[in-house]
Amino acid sequence: MSSAVDTLWLRTIIRYFRSKSRIIESLATPLFFLLILGFGLNSVSTIPGTGHSFIIFLIPGIITMAVLFTSVFSGIQIIWDRHFGFLKETLIAPVSRNSIMIGQTLGGATTAIIEGMIILVLSLFIVGSFPSVLGFLIAISFMVLISISFSSLGIAIASRMEDMYGFQMIMNFLIMPIFFLSGALFPLTNAPTVLKAIAYVNPLTYGVEGIRYGFLGVVPAINPLISFAVLTGFCIIMVFLGGYLFNKVKV
Amino acid sequence: MDTIEVEKLSKKFGELVAVNDISFTVKEGEIFGLLGPNGAGKTTTLSILTTLLPPSSGKSFVNNFDVETDKDNVRKSIGMVFQDPTLDDELTAYENMDFHGRLYGVSKKIRKSKVISLLKLVELGDRKDSLVKTFSGGMKRRLEIARGLLHEPKVLFLDEPTLGLDPQTRNKIWEYIKKLNQEKKITIIYTTHYMDEADKLCNRIAIIDHGKIIALDTSQSLKNKIGGDVITIKTTDQKKLSHSLKDCKWCESVRVHDGSVTINVHNASKRVVEIVNLAEKNKVKIDDIIIHEPSLEDVFLYFTGKTIREQEASGIDNLRKRMMIG
Repeated sequence: MSSAVDTLWLRTIIRYFRSKSRIIESLATPLFFLLILGFGLNSVSTIPGTGHSFIIFLIPGIITMAVLFTSVFSGIQIIWDRHFGFLKETLIAPVSRNSIMIGQTLGGATTAIIEGMIILVLSLFIVGSFPSVLGFLIAISFMVLISISFSSLGIAIASRMEDMYGFQMIMNFLIMPIFFLSGALFPLTNAPTVLKAIAYVNPLTYGVEGIRYGFLGVVPAINPLISFAVLTGFCIIMVFLGGYLFNKVKV
Repeated sequence: MDTIEVEKLSKKFGELVAVNDISFTVKEGEIFGLLGPNGAGKTTTLSILTTLLPPSSGKSFVNNFDVETDKDNVRKSIGMVFQDPTLDDELTAYENMDFHGRLYGVSKKIRKSKVISLLKLVELGDRKDSLVKTFSGGMKRRLEIARGLLHEPKVLFLDEPTLGLDPQTRNKIWEYIKKLNQEKKITIIYTTHYMDEADKLCNRIAIIDHGKIIALDTSQSLKNKIGGDVITIKTTDQKKLSHSLKDCKWCESVRVHDGSVTINVHNASKRVVEIVNLAEKNKVKIDDIIIHEPSLEDVFLYFTGKTIREQEASGIDNLRKRMMIG
């Protein structure tokens, strides 16, 4: 592996574990969603066709949420690196831009998967149901794809942003809609046509569905193989887009 | 041997010409100063030489590698300390150094021993495990200098390394730079707008203004060029005084600038009487007279017609333009 890839990966991991408060912070929102929505709506809804209670249905969606937000945040980290100067230190080193970008992406993806796993384990204890080993592995492989895709997207966005002011807008008008319109919080099977149509063009939907398949063991609205193919394609496009835009960054 | 060669280098940002057709060479083991006001083009020149910015035209070589076509070899040959800190605040001093070593392919064994010895060199040995965010500005600068040396560069670029530091820390950084140059034989390129600093540290100095090199020599030769001593006269009738000195044959130069008239002459102590007599004859009221040996400040004034402070005030507009262009 290139020295830049593992250096930047290691840096992200060290920084992640060093700020305990940030770990708790980034876990808090998904857990609130899980507990409040989950237990709040559990008594009034069961998922048609599967007989699962709502909270069990919701867990994969919340895992996706944790992975999505952590990935995007870690990609956007580059704006902070530019602001505080560290980006110059990496760009002036005798390493390729691509290896910097890949190191940053893998670091972000790793922390996102750690977050997802924490939510996964916590929620298993909350509801007391466990997926099979194979299902577990399937869920993780989808988490990996989501995390790499959205870390790369974060880097792509950060490469085009001059300062941090656009950050809130990106969260409100891009990341939030991607999350809410992905079928993370509601089943697609009986959703209104418009909502369904939007969900099907949303790449995150295929991630949620894949994790849900691994976690619940029953085939959701989308065939898991299709989900895997679509998400893999999206992931490759995002990595290339992130790499392309990061190569154009000026300091 | 020349460590750095710059040939007809230019850089334009839209309409603004930040670096205008400059050429110079830096010898191996030299401390070379780029002296000029803010916005003169010093940082842009450094950015080109360190491969961060592509030039608009011209060629430059660092350690015999072309900065445009052989970036990786240039990058391996140089260390750079930027004007603004480029450390990771959330990491410790040791980690910042260690990661730098990793990026430059320094082996683990060498990293371990060198990081410690370099941190000791800049007197941060006992703070190696502290997070950088707890460091003062001077400590950060020292850490950056140590970091820039880890991969044993041939050339160390320092962009205004003492800007905004207290005098004590400035002195310390001067000491380090001299020590590095003497003990490790590193060629040093140094930008500053502090005249005294350039004077004390640099073997040769290039005075740069509006993107052009207007003078390049040793500090002493530059001072000799302006001819003898400097007489600075404070007066409210600057125009009248300079007018009455128009036909003065022994004046090397007469310049009016912020509230004073500066005259370069040989044998100043003798000539000062004549100047005072002349002023009296022309009814010019003199507030104060200072006679001194020329400093680099006078050299700058001689070549540009302005003091460096005046030039900076007008340079701010240029700087603004550049920020907008990005």
